[in-house]
Amino acid sequence: MNVIIVFLQKAITQGIPLLFGASGEILTEKSGNLNLGVPGMMYMGGVGGLIGAFLYENNAANPVPFVGMMIALACALLCAGLGALVYSVLTITLRANQNVTGLALTTFGMGFGNFFGGSLSKLAGGVGQLSTQVTASAFRAKLPVLSEIPVVGELLFSYGWLTYFALLMTFILSWFMFRTRIGLNLRSIGESAATADAAGINVTRYKYLSTIVGGMMAGLGGLYFVMEYTGGTWVNNGFGDRGWLAVALVIFARWRPLNAIWGSFLFGGLYILYLYLPLSRDMQEVFKALPYLVTIVVLVITSLRKKREDQPPAALGLPYFRESRG
Amino acid sequence: MQKNTAGAMIELRGVTKRFGSVVANENVDLTVRRGEILSVLGENGSGKTSLMNMLAGIYFPDAGHIFVEGREVVIRSPKDAFDLGIGMIHQHFKLVDVLTAAENIILGLPGKLVMDMKQVKADIQKLLDKYGFDLDLDAKIYEMSVSQKQTVEIVKMLYRGAHILILDEPTAVLTPQETDKLFQVLRNMRTQGHSIIIITHKLNEVLSLSDRVAVLRKGRYIGTVDTRDATEMSLTEMMVGEKVVLDIERPDPVNPRLKLKVQDVTVVNKEGREVLSHACFEAYTGEILGIAGIAGSGQKELLESIAGLQHLVSGSIEYTNRKGHIKELTKMSAQKIREIGIRLAFVPEDRLGMGLVASMGMTDNMMLRSYRKGRGFFSRRKEPHDLAERIMHELGVVTPSIDAPVGRMSGGNVQKVLVGREIASSPQVLMVAYPVRGLDINSSYTIYGLLNEQKKQGSCVICVGEDLDVLLALCDRILVLADGHISGVVDARTATKEQIGLMMTSHEQKEVHA
Repeated sequence: MNVIIVFLQKAITQGIPLLFGASGEILTEKSGNLNLGVPGMMYMGGVGGLIGAFLYENNAANPVPFVGMMIALACALLCAGLGALVYSVLTITLRANQNVTGLALTTFGMGFGNFFGGSLSKLAGGVGQLSTQVTASAFRAKLPVLSEIPVVGELLFSYGWLTYFALLMTFILSWFMFRTRIGLNLRSIGESAATADAAGINVTRYKYLSTIVGGMMAGLGGLYFVMEYTGGTWVNNGFGDRGWLAVALVIFARWRPLNAIWGSFLFGGLYILYLYLPLSRDMQEVFKALPYLVTIVVLVITSLRKKREDQPPAALGLPYFRESRG
Repeated sequence: MQKNTAGAMIELRGVTKRFGSVVANENVDLTVRRGEILSVLGENGSGKTSLMNMLAGIYFPDAGHIFVEGREVVIRSPKDAFDLGIGMIHQHFKLVDVLTAAENIILGLPGKLVMDMKQVKADIQKLLDKYGFDLDLDAKIYEMSVSQKQTVEIVKMLYRGAHILILDEPTAVLTPQETDKLFQVLRNMRTQGHSIIIITHKLNEVLSLSDRVAVLRKGRYIGTVDTRDATEMSLTEMMVGEKVVLDIERPDPVNPRLKLKVQDVTVVNKEGREVLSHACFEAYTGEILGIAGIAGSGQKELLESIAGLQHLVSGSIEYTNRKGHIKELTKMSAQKIREIGIRLAFVPEDRLGMGLVASMGMTDNMMLRSYRKGRGFFSRRKEPHDLAERIMHELGVVTPSIDAPVGRMSGGNVQKVLVGREIASSPQVLMVAYPVRGLDINSSYTIYGLLNEQKKQGSCVICVGEDLDVLLALCDRILVLADGHISGVVDARTATKEQIGLMMTSHEQKEVHA
């Protein structure tokens, strides 16, 4: 019983960064931009928050957790948003190839994260010495009383505020995309930018905004990992391949934010399942591939069913030139 | 500022539009009255669509004045046109497939952030009832038939407050019943005071629907007549004009022998509509058989059937080889048909879409036809390279280098590369569609010369064309298609343009006129 609760808790914990990344990428892809820089932007968000928190804690005589938290948050959003801005300028204004630009952003972002993360560790006095505990404590603060209820409290209320924010953000994203006029306009751009343009929608502005905001959302996933999951420290490449899992989750969720919520918990669970099963070392590696296998199965099934609503946005990955219309 | 004619909804005066050296519209005057249906009639390439695109804000005129409700206006974008109440329904619909009809209709419009779809649908329903449309607002576009999509486009314009509607060939994709329904709706709109411009080349529709007819020919405005004073004959005369004498060589066929026998061939499109109905004809060696018809009357399907690229619902195609053996093409693969010497050089509207690869140079494009000839694993570049060079010199292809991407060449040069390559394989049957589309006079004559060359060598040449003057001067016989039916085959040496023009517009009348 206890093991199951711990497993579910950990599954949710593992799922939250994926949910941030996937929600951000859904917003981006609905504007027709395929940003494969998600892993990079998550690294940038994570290390950005860490830098902010580190500088604040080292320079303030009496660091206040809440202030540290706000600084870390702002720095994370700024860093990830800058990554997305570079991608936007390249792909929207200069019409560079989206796949190549996205992959470059990932390579850049991971290098950026490891370089500054490693440097901070050095400044702090060596590997394992880096800690921004004060700020992290604000991110890790649990709800009093509620989190102490046995079982229910442990399952539902024993997380930091970013977990609940991720859920709230995803619900709002879903409402925004499917219930508001702006969301409708956004979806039309991902399907057919020429149609949206003819209807008087400012395609460029929508693409920039959704790509940058989407990047910021992904960056929060990195921040969550650094602050809540690892408690305010840095391990090079510690974030692993979670960024790619977030991209896979977008496909798994069939571009619907609400699917991404339960999908992220499922992926989180599959990601750590190998720790909870009596497996030999080589079998563990097979189990680590489960989320990707599930994504492939979903791809095969949706391709076979050919339901139009389950397909990627029709104009995903295509640059838009107004001049090219007949 | 000039004054315009009283009572006119739209007036165009001296409007001119050029694309490079090609004149699309020259000095066109046109008036649209309030509450009328005006047909703009003309052959393919007569400048109907480009003229209307200037009203819709897609093109900007090089010269001339446009008045809307008495005021001179400048229309720079589709949005400007909307603001003036002008809405154009293009042949290719601008709709988002995965959204519903209602969502498409309100796309991009200002309003409350949160959509109240109930209210929106009620508003649209009022419009639907007012004009007698039949439309399910919750249906997704991808579930709809072409006619329903067209309805969505029209309602979209009306919902945005358009009171001047321009429809570009609206019936080209409709069944007769759907056409009747559309016309009823258009008449309702006229009753409500809307002005409607309908671009068409179907005479029967012009006569049954419109109040007045404006005729364009080769970019020029010929005149406007009241429909009640017009007949099919008088409109055809306005449309095709006087016969132009072209100095194209036409050698007499030498020793013609039966090459292709097409019997009862029927082809249906994706929507299940017959696009080619029971086609029967014969083609001979040493002759050029012209195919005339309004665009989309089944020309493409006819040629592709012979090339083995279409699935035939019924019918057979027999090919007689040099030794006199008869072979049934319908039982062969496209690959096999190519091997026995039937070549199709189809030049579709999108020139580079079919036939050439835009990003490759001339040599590589030549290899697309010969790559199977290579020995073993490696391909041989020498022969294709020589061929490319020959085509470049003989046809005068202008390109920076033989390996420069063909996509960067002008349309005329691309055409020469394509036609040159197909002819180089000395085919038994050479089929070309629109071989001179977009070419200047000199290049056109080069292509005519190439076709005549093939004819003299005893090939059977089939040429789909749009300029009747050229077909009459170049071909030996002309097959006329009307809406997927063969309305007759005429002798190009004796036929007149009016005769062909009438046969193009209505196949029922072949007994009367052919």
